[in-house]
Amino acid sequence: MMVQMESNSKQALVIGGGVAGIQAALDLANMGIKVHLVEKKPSIGGRMAQLDKTFPTNDCSICILAPKLSECSRHPNITIHSFSDVQSIQGTTGNFTVDILKHARYVKEDVCINCGVCAAKCPTRVDDEFDRYLRKRNAIYMYYLQGVPAVMTIDKDRCLYLTKGACRLCEKNCDKEAIDFEQQDEIITLDDIGAIIVATGYDLYEDIYPLTRYGYKKHRNVVSAIEFERMLCASGPQEGHVKRLSDGKEPDKIGFLQCIGSRNARDKEYCSSVCCMYTTKEAMIAHEHNNELESYVFYIDLRAGGKGFEKFLTRGEEEYNIKYIKSKISEIQVDAEENPIITYEDLESNEIKQMKLDLVVLATCIIPSRDGEDLADKLGIELEENKFIKTNAFFSAETSKEGVFTCGCAHEPMDIPRSVAEASAAAARAAEVIRGAV
Amino acid sequence: MTENNDIQVDPPRIGVFVCHCGSNIGGLLDCKKLAEYAETLPDVVYGEDNLYTCSETGLSSIKKAIKEHELNRVVVCSCTPRTHEPLFRKTVQEAGLNPYLFNFVNIRDQCSWVHMKEPEAAFDKAKDLIRMGAAKATKLEPLNKNIVNINPVAMIIGGGVSGMSAALSLSKQGFKTYLIEKEPMLGGLVNDLYTLAPANVKSSEFLEKMKGEIASSSNLEVFTSTVVKSIQGFVGQFSVDLDNDGTLVKVDTGIIIVAIGAKSLKPFGLYGYDGSNVVTQLELESMLQDESYSPKNVVMIQCVGARNAERNYCSSVCCMTAIKNALILKERDPSAKVTVLFRDIYMPGIFQEKMYKKARDNGIIFLKYSPEKQPVVEQDVVKVHNEFINDVVAIPRDMVVLSTPLVAYDDNKELGQLLKVPLQENGFFLEAHVKLRPVDFATDGIFIGGAAKWPADITESISQGLAAASRASTILSSEMLEVEGATACLPEVNKNLCKGCEVCLNVCPFKAIVKNQNGDIEVIQALCKGCGTCVATCTRKALTIRHFTNEQILSEIIALTSE
Repeated sequence: MMVQMESNSKQALVIGGGVAGIQAALDLANMGIKVHLVEKKPSIGGRMAQLDKTFPTNDCSICILAPKLSECSRHPNITIHSFSDVQSIQGTTGNFTVDILKHARYVKEDVCINCGVCAAKCPTRVDDEFDRYLRKRNAIYMYYLQGVPAVMTIDKDRCLYLTKGACRLCEKNCDKEAIDFEQQDEIITLDDIGAIIVATGYDLYEDIYPLTRYGYKKHRNVVSAIEFERMLCASGPQEGHVKRLSDGKEPDKIGFLQCIGSRNARDKEYCSSVCCMYTTKEAMIAHEHNNELESYVFYIDLRAGGKGFEKFLTRGEEEYNIKYIKSKISEIQVDAEENPIITYEDLESNEIKQMKLDLVVLATCIIPSRDGEDLADKLGIELEENKFIKTNAFFSAETSKEGVFTCGCAHEPMDIPRSVAEASAAAARAAEVIRGAV
Repeated sequence: MTENNDIQVDPPRIGVFVCHCGSNIGGLLDCKKLAEYAETLPDVVYGEDNLYTCSETGLSSIKKAIKEHELNRVVVCSCTPRTHEPLFRKTVQEAGLNPYLFNFVNIRDQCSWVHMKEPEAAFDKAKDLIRMGAAKATKLEPLNKNIVNINPVAMIIGGGVSGMSAALSLSKQGFKTYLIEKEPMLGGLVNDLYTLAPANVKSSEFLEKMKGEIASSSNLEVFTSTVVKSIQGFVGQFSVDLDNDGTLVKVDTGIIIVAIGAKSLKPFGLYGYDGSNVVTQLELESMLQDESYSPKNVVMIQCVGARNAERNYCSSVCCMTAIKNALILKERDPSAKVTVLFRDIYMPGIFQEKMYKKARDNGIIFLKYSPEKQPVVEQDVVKVHNEFINDVVAIPRDMVVLSTPLVAYDDNKELGQLLKVPLQENGFFLEAHVKLRPVDFATDGIFIGGAAKWPADITESISQGLAAASRASTILSSEMLEVEGATACLPEVNKNLCKGCEVCLNVCPFKAIVKNQNGDIEVIQALCKGCGTCVATCTRKALTIRHFTNEQILSEIIALTSE
């Protein structure tokens, strides 16, 4: 594409570098509008980068995302501010001024070539957040292998030198002299922002609320769906060979529990929209790894309204040994071998039953981003009762404030195709504002 | 298309990059050994393996090697060209090479994944594939991409909420916009609705506001009672003939958005459907327009004609519609008995789940039925097997409302042919990529939004209309566009071979081949997708396809059989 620059000097700000933010940024950039893409994590990619495959096509998630990451990083109209937060926002539609706080990563972004020598020398091992704490990384690390920008970051809370004043092994071993312990947090002021798109995505229920009722974190063979996603992934902590965390045994019988933390008055009342589908996908992929696998999905309603979704469930039942049980779970116990035993009410037969499984996967509720309230305050936008961004019921890109738009899971749980379409929609609205601004 | 015969190419110096793709390839094949093997091949001067060749690290490594080893051909052995070829072409281009001096060897989708259980045979096959890829690389020629001029005008087919949203956005962005509607008025299916969920707004009021905005847009021209007769051209340069109530209107446009919606299924022969006491949700909507209408005993049946063998899909809007209408009936007469017979309640997200709860709180009864034991509609009751009590219950009814799915218009087929875009098995339009290109067609410059693609509620239809506008704007915002250079052509030297048999004209799925005034065959470069069908069928071997020439293909075959 030969992009012509928009004659208007107004730029766009996209907050959040997941697939929605990336799509919004790319559309605007390809319209000739300059875009600042702000991501709080060390690399863009968001949740989609953590997924193994994507339904209903079972495409490898990172494989279809990676070209978009690269496109963002090389696009002349996109500036990526990674490891950064929005500090403050002034102004009104067509003319915002935004301060970005860029955290010191103690590595020069323009010098580091991500060779990994520093990480190999780093003596400190810590739990890896990207791999949902199922693997260790070093205190100097790449957020994930294919991350963009492809540079290392020092975890200042865990680095021996930054916490105890001694070590600097990474610095000594870096041929490129890319380590910079003098680096400071930096404020970057962006003027001439015409429109803002908030694409801050979501967090997960288990990150905030204990799931003790389901034995999560107590029983090693009860994992959450995102953990299971990493376990399935070829580049994940188990290198794609699913093993139980208790004994390394390959599971032959997995129970997938739906609506965990959602659709009931005790927890969140809304539906996370994507779990019926990703659960089926996870059961399918696990079955491809182990053809003997039996999967049981304990659900309230099967929600498969998207394109090709119903057929996907049919395929799951017919070809991948998945059984769907309309039920309510009452408790999970474990036996001496740490096999989870679930007690449930079968809503088809109205009976209380038990089932012994090798592994339980919890489809936990999608919850609003933890920084959501803070960001909403800075932006001056309203949140709805669950703390997702409040939008117009019919015009989902519109927040309560003119010139500030949203897309994706920042305002409601949704799947990737809808997030991508909404991202483009928000880009269209932002372009209208920018092109209308004088 | 510029001729490339005069571009000088030095003797080949090939670099081969073998990607582990994490463990997708590396877990099965020894990529280091494959890279070493590549280095033994003729004209290959450099080989290396990367954990992820597509990562920023991998790409810099390619650029570095091009410079250090004076490479003039690059071969990447990795996942699939479907997703990654554009990226690697761009990378070699950034390092100063013509992008067509890049060759892709697929050792993941077509090797490590499909031969997961036979690592040794897979390794041998990967060697074969790499040898073939390197051989072809020696024969690669630089090509120029074709340039087309962009007419900054938009045309939207379909004047429902999705099409109107797309038209409004493009016009506000400053593009001349045409909105084409088959019916005498704008609004589509929403014209037939009483209220809109999930916010309970009168459809008429909602539409009036939108139509008002359209009427006051200066650069937005609406054609009602108008259908598309023919479409010529390609991205940036479409010419469309419209039939405006019997008058021919010609419109030139740079892009086309399809937003023709879908229709509600009429369930003839199901549950005693008669259009008076057994009606569809859509028919109930018009009955509700009469605000005194308030039946006492209403039974709604979900998934009528859907989620079955014929239509193996959930229409995704019917639960919300049923619940919305049930709430209206209950509000009109709180003593009314409203029962919804369902298979699974589809109310995802925040707004909809809340509506569902409100319905239960307001005394609307939800009973699950199984497809094996369908409800039976009788004169005064609906009988349904209830799994919970394991017995048949009879629910009194004055009115039965059938929730039927949105189904594709029959017109989709004809329009699909005019636009040369595909439909999926249920007759809905098929987008370029289900996941990441939800509103693009594979054909450049044509986009899709709303229920013509898949059943969608108002919110999603509007969102997709705007999304299509955004995607269209990425093209309309430039004066020129580069399109694929690996296309078919009739080279000057072959002109005398062509006897004008026209087989190529007939087989071309993109209608990219024409006979010009002199009677000579000509390939319209901007329309050609490089599929090669014409070349394979050319009786005189006159046509050739750039980047897949006979010489290039033969070099691969010879390499395959050389070991």
